Amino acid sequence: MNIEDIPRRRFDALIIGAGGGGLRAALQLAEADASVAVVSKVFPTRSHTVAAQGGMNAALANVLPDNWHWHMFDTVKGSDYLGDQDAIEYMCRAAPKAVYEMEHFGVPFSRLDNGKIYQRPFGGQSQNFGGEQAARTCAAADRTGHAILHSLYQQNIRAKTHFFDEYFAVDLLKDEQGNVLGAYVFDIHSGEEIIIEAKTTLIATGGAGQLFRTTTNALINTGDGMGMALRAGVPLQDMEFFQFHPTGIAGRGMLITEGARGEGGYLVNAQGERFMERYAPTAKDLASRDVVSRSIYTEVKEGRGCGPDKDHVMLKLDHLPEDVLQSRLPGIRQTCITFLGIDPADKPIPVYPTAHYTMGGIPTNRQGQVVVPVKDTPEEPVTGLYAAGECACVSVHGANRLGGNSLLDILVFGRSAANHIIQYLKENRFHKALDENTIQKAYDRLHRWDDTSNSNGESVDDIRRDLQKVMEDNCGVFRTQDVLDNGMEEVSKLAQRLKNASITDQSELFNTARIEALELENLMDVALATVYSAAARTESRGAHSRIDYAERDDKSWMKHTLYSSEDRKLDYKPVRTKPMSVVSFPPKPRVY
Amino acid sequence: MNIEKKMSSRVTSELRWRCRRGMLELDILLNGFVEKKYTQLSADQKNTFNEVLDYPDQLLFDLFLGHMESSDNNVSELVQTIRQSASV
Ligand SMILES: Cc1cc2nc3c(=O)[nH]c(=O)nc-3n(C[C@H](O)[C@H](O)[C@H](O)COP(=O)(O)OP(=O)(O)OC[C@H]3O[C@@H](n4cnc5c(N)ncnc54)[C@H](O)[C@@H]3O)c2cc1C
Repeated sequence: MNIEDIPRRRFDALIIGAGGGGLRAALQLAEADASVAVVSKVFPTRSHTVAAQGGMNAALANVLPDNWHWHMFDTVKGSDYLGDQDAIEYMCRAAPKAVYEMEHFGVPFSRLDNGKIYQRPFGGQSQNFGGEQAARTCAAADRTGHAILHSLYQQNIRAKTHFFDEYFAVDLLKDEQGNVLGAYVFDIHSGEEIIIEAKTTLIATGGAGQLFRTTTNALINTGDGMGMALRAGVPLQDMEFFQFHPTGIAGRGMLITEGARGEGGYLVNAQGERFMERYAPTAKDLASRDVVSRSIYTEVKEGRGCGPDKDHVMLKLDHLPEDVLQSRLPGIRQTCITFLGIDPADKPIPVYPTAHYTMGGIPTNRQGQVVVPVKDTPEEPVTGLYAAGECACVSVHGANRLGGNSLLDILVFGRSAANHIIQYLKENRFHKALDENTIQKAYDRLHRWDDTSNSNGESVDDIRRDLQKVMEDNCGVFRTQDVLDNGMEEVSKLAQRLKNASITDQSELFNTARIEALELENLMDVALATVYSAAARTESRGAHSRIDYAERDDKSWMKHTLYSSEDRKLDYKPVRTKPMSVVSFPPKPRVY
Repeated sequence: MNIEKKMSSRVTSELRWRCRRGMLELDILLNGFVEKKYTQLSADQKNTFNEVLDYPDQLLFDLFLGHMESSDNNVSELVQTIRQSASV
């Protein structure tokens, strides 16, 4: 087929991704009468947001005293001072409104007896700038993500958002000036390719947990939007910061929510010692995620792990009253019974850190505009391109995300990106002409996998498995220069091997082999960004923890990393330490 | 090319894609089952499996993780079979 014959569709805004971030933006746009297309590789309500069980943070003060400024402090501190304080202030101020909006859209938040929204305590939350534990997380039982996703989807249907369900986005399209003008996509059912031309494009493709072998993330989380951004010449920011959730089911990856510790569960080592008391005397088991992950790793490394291989620790819930387990944590009980054959009411759960959240991503400002360094300006917007949600780095999570802040992030910045798009559309009424070269490039990338001359090339499955293992071993919870250098070398070899890979399935319809190949290309680019960024950062900060550089080094490293695919180049830009209206929180040691 | 073969591989790809869900738990349960056990199902059970794949993720999660039981015997039997194949 000639590229001139490929059907074209035109919209004001194209949203790639139908998770909470994409759907929140789409709704805002559709309600403002913009023509909006949402492309999603899975049916929208099967997006990964559905998995978020714990809840979303907002300082409503329904259970304990609270205010947005304390929330801001916790988020800045949680980020290990790498978060941008203007964006954090913006998010924490907007949080209560985001919750009320969701309630209005139909999310059935759990209630207190007095009728107000129930709030549970989560790790890293404090009253009064680092004092007593706060209770800031609003939840719809343990199905908050599901409720948010379904409510937003229904609202979008009502508002007449145009959905391209089960369409795969291959690459961004541009004009000769570099303005982003849509994407090249294909229908997974029929294989039909289409060009979606849009005045504005928002990437909301979620995280990249599939980089690692043990992960809480579903198979769809392959960092596609980050790959697209890199190929379009946009750098990725702070990719060395990948959050490992402390309590994944050992060996399987799935999450035992922080809520379990919020409700009174605690960790023990092989000697039955409640070891978090040693690492975080005040917050104990509710210290922030990286602190708990590292503590578990240390216990295991120093020989106090449980089980025949001493390779995990135990999460105890068997002391909790049965009705608390049943009413507040029903999910966990059944997860353990299904996947482990263990009832946590009787026995502790074997847990170990599991790859959970991508803090880094496509650099944006708080209006969701993608920003790149141009000459002396570190943050020049790319016209027409926006990003929001886990694929973006705005950066509110900095070096470490607090539980419950991500659902908040996707909703707040999905909305604010849409508001900027609405403004942009008022000033830019016409479609610009695409550069046919960018179409050709996307076409070639897709059709490279049709080549049957290389039929005994390597298998995509094998390379993916190897990549996930290399990343886990060389870019996981504990890092040293040797380990990371080795990681760079190994991932580079894998990237080379991928060039010679091939697939045997050449059918047009439901060609999942081709999709997995395209996803692996994205994962590979994101893996390179992650390991190169990590090897260069010679300090420990948040989730990036190095044995050889155990301290945080604010003098040299209070800056964001920017990795570009071209020459695998690293660049840096300053952290935005100045909030919008309040006084900046200066870096302090992050103890809990 | 042998059309029948193409058809059957197509069905499998489609089935595999439908087993890609928003939650790791469902990915593990459904994909594991399709890879290992699906071909052993009777035609009726296969139909039931296909119907079940249309359920929303949260409902599937609730069924597979025992928070809820289906009143349709065929569904609840299938759910049991899939659950049992997981806890190894
Ligand atoms: C198990 C688990 C529990 C969690 N619990 C919580 C919690 O309690 N509180 C909290 O705040 N956060 C939680 N999180 C984090 C939070 O769920 C995610 O960060 C958030 O949902 C991401 O939303 P998103 O809109 O950015 O992306 P997603 O929901 O991941 O959506 C991505 C979308 O992009 C689409 N897409 C991707 N690639 C392509 C492509 N190439 N072409 C077309 N479409 C594409 C997908 O189809 C999907 O629609 C949890 C995460 C996990 C893994």
